[in-house]
Amino acid sequence: MTRSGAGPTLVLVLAVAVLVGCGVILLLERSLTRILLGVILLGNGVNLLILLGGRPGGAPIIGSGPVERMSDPLPQAMVLTAIVITFGFTAFLLAVAYRSWYLSGDDEVPDDLEDRQIIRRAGRNEASAVDFGGEGPNGDPEQVDPEPARRRLRRGDDSR
Amino acid sequence: MSRLLPLPVVVPLLGAALSLLLAGRPRLQRTISVLCLSGTLTVAVLLLVQAYRYGPVVVAVGAWPAPVGIVLVADQLAALMLVVSSAVTLCVLLYSIGQGRSDTSESSPVSIFHPTYLVLTAGVTNAFLAGDLFNLFVGFEILLAASFVLITLGGTETRIRTGSTYVVVSILSSMIFLTSVGLVYAATGTLNLAQLAQRLDDLPGGVRLTLELMLLLGFAIKAAVFPLSAWLPDSYPTAPAPVTAVFAGLLTKVGVYAIIRTETLLFPGGRADVLLMVVAGLTMVIGILGAVAQSDLKRLFSFTLVSHIGYMIFGVALSTAAGLSGAIFYVVHHITIQTTLFLVAGLVEERAGSTDLRRIGGLARVAPLLGVLFFVPAMNLAGVPPFSGFLGKLGLLQAGVAAGGPLPGVLVAAGTLTSLLTLYVASRVWNIAFWRAPRLATSEPVVRLPRLMVGATVVLVALGLALTVLAGPLFDVTADAAADLRLRTPYVRAVLPGGVP
Repeated sequence: MTRSGAGPTLVLVLAVAVLVGCGVILLLERSLTRILLGVILLGNGVNLLILLGGRPGGAPIIGSGPVERMSDPLPQAMVLTAIVITFGFTAFLLAVAYRSWYLSGDDEVPDDLEDRQIIRRAGRNEASAVDFGGEGPNGDPEQVDPEPARRRLRRGDDSR
Repeated sequence: MSRLLPLPVVVPLLGAALSLLLAGRPRLQRTISVLCLSGTLTVAVLLLVQAYRYGPVVVAVGAWPAPVGIVLVADQLAALMLVVSSAVTLCVLLYSIGQGRSDTSESSPVSIFHPTYLVLTAGVTNAFLAGDLFNLFVGFEILLAASFVLITLGGTETRIRTGSTYVVVSILSSMIFLTSVGLVYAATGTLNLAQLAQRLDDLPGGVRLTLELMLLLGFAIKAAVFPLSAWLPDSYPTAPAPVTAVFAGLLTKVGVYAIIRTETLLFPGGRADVLLMVVAGLTMVIGILGAVAQSDLKRLFSFTLVSHIGYMIFGVALSTAAGLSGAIFYVVHHITIQTTLFLVAGLVEERAGSTDLRRIGGLARVAPLLGVLFFVPAMNLAGVPPFSGFLGKLGLLQAGVAAGGPLPGVLVAAGTLTSLLTLYVASRVWNIAFWRAPRLATSEPVVRLPRLMVGATVVLVALGLALTVLAGPLFDVTADAAADLRLRTPYVRAVLPGGVP
């Protein structure tokens, strides 16, 4: 941290920027392994950022020095929790990537199947076939009472 | 009474540990899960009564006083959410037990299901009760970690494919939330919500707006608000039916709850209201247009879920007491109804072998009870009078009209259009899946649906109807909660009785 204790050093701020920037770029990839690396970089960047939020100084142990020159312990406690959480999520993502590779031979995240079908249908400008009902007047063999249709037909014949 | 407050978080966590130890003894495991969630529900009801009568219940964890230690707070909003979420999780648990008994196929839960499900519940309740921003973050992480396991349950190829999208998006939203937590701490030097309410007021306007937008961005991904909602319909439908149901009912609503909390307690004054209203309108209309195009029941319901999030955001964006009250009522209604619909989709899958609308038909003749179980919540969701969906929408639209101005007017029109399109979607499903000639996607001999599954669904449908009958008293509670939220002082005074340091 800075010698004057007035604020964070530029180096740390730049480190956060580089870590987060690289993380975001890697997150935009399709391959889960690269996304995983992106998550790690992004997570570390964010953890450093939290650390920058507190006051810099000496170790925050009572008796080790004057209170006003101690660093702020709360961000450090939060970062510990955040590191554990990021670690857990990274492990899980690694497991998912491995499982994906195990099952399908690669770890790319494909588009959703249904999405692709609907886009194809929209491209051809057609509606789903089921929306038209898909059955004619005799389409339902279990229809117990076909009478009304015939009667209507006969009445139409009469009027002619 | 305040001694009871940690129980909704602690009991499910301990239950999870215990049921993990008893993984080899399914019967005992199931008993423990049911007992834990019943206990949570009882405590939640007691807390709601207490919060409604005497104001927020607060407990300082480890007896560290407020701004230093962690506090759990149950005001009326949190207690109400707690009651609804524990009731719904209990019903879904019973449903999943019924499903587990019926078969050993891919759709049935495995022994890891119960511990994970209890951890998920603990995360949800912790997020509702959290009295500081970092604890809220931890609550989110608990429920996310559990949801990762649940959504990839079994590790089949489809679930891994859809699950990876969900996992990556959730991690990204957590990172954004964590960044904003760090920035809020850097700007104010505290994370206690009650103390933040005071300190954020003193910040320069630009800094305040930046922090607000950062937090809203993180929560909006979790709540699936429109430009950030594309992950939801791709990832939810492939999970087992009870998992999808509880995700659809609760997880997005935790995001909505966090939005309500930040918009009322931390950043009142509504500087983001115009933005929120625009995205609310887009969420409603684009979500429901997505639902119109779908041909799979579960995906279709996922899109209606996204669409109706828009109503709640609209109520929050109005930032009037009436709007907030309507939004809270709508959250309660929507948790119940959306969960019910996904459970019914699970029953359809069990009975007809598929939820693909192209492969099923005539269910109303084959399974009349299933028809009734679908019809009532579907009409409720569409907002047909006299159901609670109608009352909730009416409350929100009235609040929108009362607010006046062109933008709320457009939102009221969009809300009405969405309601009509939801009715169209519901009747389309009814026509295709429940009318026409009977057509099942499975050739297996017909077995009776497990009684416990049907029973749990019936209970949830009845709960939806009870919301209709009890809408008057419920609106009293939500109006009271909204008034407290707008005032802010009841919350702050309950957490920091000695005044703000």
